[in-house]
Amino acid sequence: MNWQAISTRFERVRTGDTDLQKKIRGLRRRLTLLLAVVGPGLITSNVDNDAGGISVYTQAGAQYGYALLWSLIPMTIALYVTEEMCARMGVVTGKGLSDLIREEFGFRSTFFVMITGFFVDLANVVAEFAGVAAAMQIFHVSKYIAVPVAAILVWVLVLRGTYRQVEVIFLFACVLYLSYVFSAFLAKPDWLIAAKQTVIPNLRFESGYLLMLTGLVGTTIAPWQFFYLQAGFVEKKVGPSQYSKARADVLFGSVSCMVIVFFIIVCTAATLYTSGHRDITDAAQAAQALIPLAGKGAGILFAFGLLNASLFAASILPLSTAHVICEGLGFEAGIDNKFKEAPIFYWLYTVLIVVGAGIVLLPNAPLWKILIFSQVGNGIWLPVVVIFILLLVNRRDLMGEYVNTLTFNIVAWVTAIAMIALTLVLTYTALFQPGTSPAP
Amino acid sequence: MEIYATELMGSKTYDSEGNFVGRVREFFIEPAEAPNRVSHYLLSRGSYQPLVAKHDQVASVSAGNMKLNVSERALELYRPNESWLAVQKDLLDQQIIDTRGRKVVRVNDVDLTEFRWNGNTELRLTQVDVGLPGAVRRLLQGVVPALLVRKLQSKLPQRVIRWEFVNLVEPDPMRRVKLRITHEKLEDLHPADLAEIMEDLSAAERQGIIASLDEETAAAVLAELDERLTTQIVEKLDPEKAADILEEMAPDAAADLLADLPKETSEELLDEMPGQEADEVRELLEFDASTAGGMMNPEFVYVGEASTRDEVLAWMRGQELNLDQLDTIVLLDGSAQFSGTVPVARLLLAAGDQRMTELKMEPLLSLPANADDKDVFEIFDKYNLRMLTVINEENQPIGAITVDDVVSRLVKY
Repeated sequence: MNWQAISTRFERVRTGDTDLQKKIRGLRRRLTLLLAVVGPGLITSNVDNDAGGISVYTQAGAQYGYALLWSLIPMTIALYVTEEMCARMGVVTGKGLSDLIREEFGFRSTFFVMITGFFVDLANVVAEFAGVAAAMQIFHVSKYIAVPVAAILVWVLVLRGTYRQVEVIFLFACVLYLSYVFSAFLAKPDWLIAAKQTVIPNLRFESGYLLMLTGLVGTTIAPWQFFYLQAGFVEKKVGPSQYSKARADVLFGSVSCMVIVFFIIVCTAATLYTSGHRDITDAAQAAQALIPLAGKGAGILFAFGLLNASLFAASILPLSTAHVICEGLGFEAGIDNKFKEAPIFYWLYTVLIVVGAGIVLLPNAPLWKILIFSQVGNGIWLPVVVIFILLLVNRRDLMGEYVNTLTFNIVAWVTAIAMIALTLVLTYTALFQPGTSPAP
Repeated sequence: MEIYATELMGSKTYDSEGNFVGRVREFFIEPAEAPNRVSHYLLSRGSYQPLVAKHDQVASVSAGNMKLNVSERALELYRPNESWLAVQKDLLDQQIIDTRGRKVVRVNDVDLTEFRWNGNTELRLTQVDVGLPGAVRRLLQGVVPALLVRKLQSKLPQRVIRWEFVNLVEPDPMRRVKLRITHEKLEDLHPADLAEIMEDLSAAERQGIIASLDEETAAAVLAELDERLTTQIVEKLDPEKAADILEEMAPDAAADLLADLPKETSEELLDEMPGQEADEVRELLEFDASTAGGMMNPEFVYVGEASTRDEVLAWMRGQELNLDQLDTIVLLDGSAQFSGTVPVARLLLAAGDQRMTELKMEPLLSLPANADDKDVFEIFDKYNLRMLTVINEENQPIGAITVDDVVSRLVKY
């Protein structure tokens, strides 16, 4: 090779013209295109596995071993079907769910949906901060330090970060859920039985078992997530031509969410159920009990997963709630605005965090009652929201060719009615027979 | 006297003989007749077909009560009319553009003012309520006595928009014509403000606005809009219209836009564009977006280095130049090669017979088209440039990168 050839080669490398560099650039471009769409589905589904959710999965595994694993497949379908409708509405109309409810159902309906949403979400925020407190106790940190630090962290993250930075952090938090996969492997479960129980339905007609099943559904599908999901796609300006990518995001999100649930149940089934620790009532207790059974690593990973989940949900819930309420009622919203431009938005956001964290810090806080309230609230709110979604997604003037097909409608209504029936049962038992239902 | 749409809705209506006719369920404005006058009232009568009262058939209006100056027999049956703007359906709870405040807001209520003469009462729409008082009224009307609602709302901070500054967003073009909705007020806004407004609207509404703007404004707005939205909008536009808009855009902006479209669509649009413009854009599309070639604008001002200040100015006056970006002039030597740049400020202060070559900036700076965008940023930063010339292998200038190109790239990073 003469000097001339070497120098041209060198020049091409410098200006990025070699084949390899072109390939990398092409790959990077495709990745950017994909990242321009994905996120909302993955994040929303994973936030479902919040502090309350993990507590219920833990109890499901501890009390019934592998016997409830089969419910995860129908739940994945239900989660996907409902979330997909919201994603589709966001992509097609370019409007948030609260905007659409306001425009099509008027001020009063919107107001009541929003005010209920505020209190239900507030109770959920309390549950998340309680999760932070419980997880940090395992690491021997007092809740009087852990909760205020978490609250400030959450407040700063959202107010100081841009949407993209925040989303990257959230996607990273999704990856941290893998800690449950490791702790399940450390628990050395019987994978053959777990696999069998996942695919073969095992419906038992005992009240405790049925209640646990209801609890699983109730905590996995929370009404506020639909608002967040739809807003996410609107915020990312995803258009109808990228709809298939959005749908893939929702599908991947629903499946990965349920995979994590699978590992949580497997982990607790292999240890707590097998060794007879079946009266566990929350995730923190489970983490503690895991240490002698599956080693310190498994317990710490379990607690870390709980901390991550609680912080993650605590970051999203107040922001999403403030956004949804302001949008529906027509007040300025969004972290792009200054405090003076959007005072109601910032006040709502701050009140949710301060009150949410504050209640956990009260020495004799009635945490138990608030957790029950959050579950009951979700149960009352969910049917309303799901029915609004189904009515809106079938409107041809809004959705054009993207309205539900007949088959999809049948699946969606069956899912909705089943979900509503299950949550109503859960709500009823939480209200009138406390103690028999799984604790959130 | 002022009355609010919320108070008027549901009002019991009596005819000239004092008989109950029905309740006001909706009222309309007919923009083709009068831009703000309430022209028709829809009176529902339970299971009977609803009636319509015209504006000259109304004797008096108060909260909850309306009296007609004709008997029930004089009223016509209601038939839907596309050219009527329905206050409840088209206005309440919908988003409008506040052209003075330059943002998108949601209508909580509508304020009406009474005008009376000869036993007739007309209502005119004066302003829309987008604040708390309207919200409180919507929530409490019919639940709490009207007087109490009025007392409560008077204590709340007002947020209203005068009707003249309201721009309705109607995605359906046919309906827009019938309702006489123009976007003249939007065309007066700065393109960047209009782009920001559009980002708050739904896809169909954005499409409707772009389609009804003149090409020049549409081009300016598209250049300012989030690129994820531009591609969606252009893909859905009628190709002929899209090509007309692209033609109005600077070639570099047009190339950036086309690069994000599917190959087929961009080819179709280029075929629709006039030959010279299309060729310029095609050449730009050859360059990778992350190189100097991908950032440059092939339209720039160049003159011979031997010409004098007066000659250059006389020539420039005769040309139709884009004044927004004209702050540096490129010089060519005898063999059409790049020989330097002259900032317009230097030209301004020079004597009439001074030659361009004496006004040249030092050092002589340029980059090849395949240079990395990082190199471009570095050179702009180091020499505090406002414009940089891009050259080809023969040292001929082929385009110019201006500081606004650099800023918009850096913002994206």
